[in-house]
Amino acid sequence: MKKTGSQILLECLQQEGVDTVFGYPGGTVINIYHDIADYPIDHILTRHEQAAVHAADGYARTTGKVGVAIATSGPGATNTVTGIATAYMDSVPMVIITGQVPTPLIGNDAFQEVDIVGITRSITKHNYLVQDIKDLARIVKQAFYIARTGRPGPVLIDLPKDIQVASAKFEYPEKVELRGYKPTYSGNVRQIEKAASMILAARKPVVYVGGGATGADASEDLLAFAEMTQLPVTTTLMGMAAFPQRHPQALGMLGMHGTYYANMAVTNSDLLIAVGARFDDRVTGKIASFAPHAKIIHIDIDPTSIKKNVRVDLPIVGELKDVLNNLSATLSKQSEKLAAMIESSAGWRAEIADWKSSHPMAYQPSDTVIKPQYVIEQLRELTSDDAIITTEVGQHQMWTAQFFSFSQPRTFLSSGGLGTMGYGLPAAVGAQAAFPERQVIDISGDGSFQMNSQELATLVQYKLPVKIAILNNNYLGMVRQWQEMFFDRRYSETPMELPIDFVKLAEAYGATGLRATKPEEVGEVIQKALATPGPVLMEFKVDREENVLPMVPAGAAINEMVLAS
Amino acid sequence: MKHTISVLVENEFGVLTRVAGLFSGRGFNIESLSVAPTLDPSVSRMTIVTRGDDRILEQVNKQLNKLIDTIKVTDFTGQDYVEREMALVKVTAEEDTRAEVLRIADIFRARVVDVTPRSYTLEITGAPTKLDAVIDLLKPMGIKELVRSGPVVMGRGQ
Repeated sequence: MKKTGSQILLECLQQEGVDTVFGYPGGTVINIYHDIADYPIDHILTRHEQAAVHAADGYARTTGKVGVAIATSGPGATNTVTGIATAYMDSVPMVIITGQVPTPLIGNDAFQEVDIVGITRSITKHNYLVQDIKDLARIVKQAFYIARTGRPGPVLIDLPKDIQVASAKFEYPEKVELRGYKPTYSGNVRQIEKAASMILAARKPVVYVGGGATGADASEDLLAFAEMTQLPVTTTLMGMAAFPQRHPQALGMLGMHGTYYANMAVTNSDLLIAVGARFDDRVTGKIASFAPHAKIIHIDIDPTSIKKNVRVDLPIVGELKDVLNNLSATLSKQSEKLAAMIESSAGWRAEIADWKSSHPMAYQPSDTVIKPQYVIEQLRELTSDDAIITTEVGQHQMWTAQFFSFSQPRTFLSSGGLGTMGYGLPAAVGAQAAFPERQVIDISGDGSFQMNSQELATLVQYKLPVKIAILNNNYLGMVRQWQEMFFDRRYSETPMELPIDFVKLAEAYGATGLRATKPEEVGEVIQKALATPGPVLMEFKVDREENVLPMVPAGAAINEMVLAS
Repeated sequence: MKHTISVLVENEFGVLTRVAGLFSGRGFNIESLSVAPTLDPSVSRMTIVTRGDDRILEQVNKQLNKLIDTIKVTDFTGQDYVEREMALVKVTAEEDTRAEVLRIADIFRARVVDVTPRSYTLEITGAPTKLDAVIDLLKPMGIKELVRSGPVVMGRGQ
């Protein structure tokens, strides 16, 4: 039986197991919206297309499935760009469907026409303009396959309106055939053996884990490997929840706002094992001084990540689960040598323990003013272990990474690579839609929150009980911190002086608003928020000029940390 | 260092911009680029000449390989290969220089493909260095217009 293009698209989504999509209707996707009601696919209407993409991103990061977003042509499509770039930088599997003007009008500057395939070429893993309805099912099949395999990423399908209306026989291809796309899954056996030898010869080894460990669902394998070898483990912002942060071997985050002990350990290490991490400049600081004494083993599914920023002594291209398991198996065959390595690196572990006790992650507590770090600690105390935390971007994001102490994978959603303010609230929409029963908390700053605050409406409409914690310092805090430290305290355009009543704002949308202005109110407000059904916004009036520390100034080596204000 | 890279890609809409965009987006310079379908009409071959140190070239190769439409990447640097480029040169040919232009054309086995009372248009084929040499010799006569195709290469034997 023949189906229309929009029906074929929806059939394909169904075949791919898509249960929820996020989007915003418009003229060039009106046919998809007309037909979607006939399919068992929930649609969540966000209030902005950027938010729809972030929501699909949040859905993907928490579930590990491919997130799906729909937007119309022209402004709808261009509004998705920041969301797509965010997902691209953090390797999130996603399919974005944009409407396009009818094929005869393409290139004529038609109403709401934009070359979104051209615009998103450098921020998608791949993208398509569908030119013939006969290609549609194959393209959708390929898009999902490309999005979730290899190094995951967003794939955009631009679908002209006349193709949505045209009809053809629907046949979903069983197999994907892409002669140029063959990701390497199994790590080279010889390289893995070499890695094992390097580990056995090391005296000061450190494991450095990135977001790839989450993407590959390799947390358990990583934990097994780390416990077997007793290696200390530091993580990037993206890798944070891939390794339990209260584990005795955890060193927390490294880099610009990393812990003293992680940065010292990396700087003094003789072997660095990078696992699904890409040596971002926020991690390495001054490249020439990064891990200067260490040999580097780099395990990644994406060959382009290897040797891009730093020299690598041993590259292993492959899927992390596979490589880590093979590495563990190879080491377990050499148990005596492994025991000897563990014994001979005891001094190293003691050195790290000294750094940990001499410079723990800490802040100056206060009885009179709310310290933002205290709010994070209280949130940690009062939420469940599998609560999903999203953040926006800025000081609150770093405090969350430093003090939340994540213990389960896929519970920390944050824009790492692109640093997108306004990410957290819509990402929380996606996470809560995926897991209606779990606690989902968006930790935000007052600046970031105002980038996508309209999504309060989405929360209320769909009864998504997301709790929002705004650490309000009436500043664009991170920029203010830089202005304080490096620009003689000239606070140019960073004070957010207009006193917004966030409680009233929440109420205006039909959500609950709560406020804490004193330290003793923090716990009460969190408890009340968690006990209140539906979305709740908590505003914490925090210490205005608190800084994120330690901090490595831009361009400095990571052991050159500013430790105190 | 100069590298000549041959890339087999799917002969599909937008592939050329994808490859060119990869270079510009990552700050790699393309010195020349030629592209046309192969014997298999679903596959195109691009010949790209670029410059960079080993680290940059490793990234160029990896990034090209990463494109979904890329089927095969071959860096011919250090390999035995045949290289040809074509140029069309419209050179001023006045009374006193006409004979000299023809003499140069003859020496380099260039063909005259168009003649006017005041110019010759020459077709020259060969290695890019040969083209450079001819163009240098013709410059004093006055080159009105010059088009170069960029090199195409093919590995020897097999």
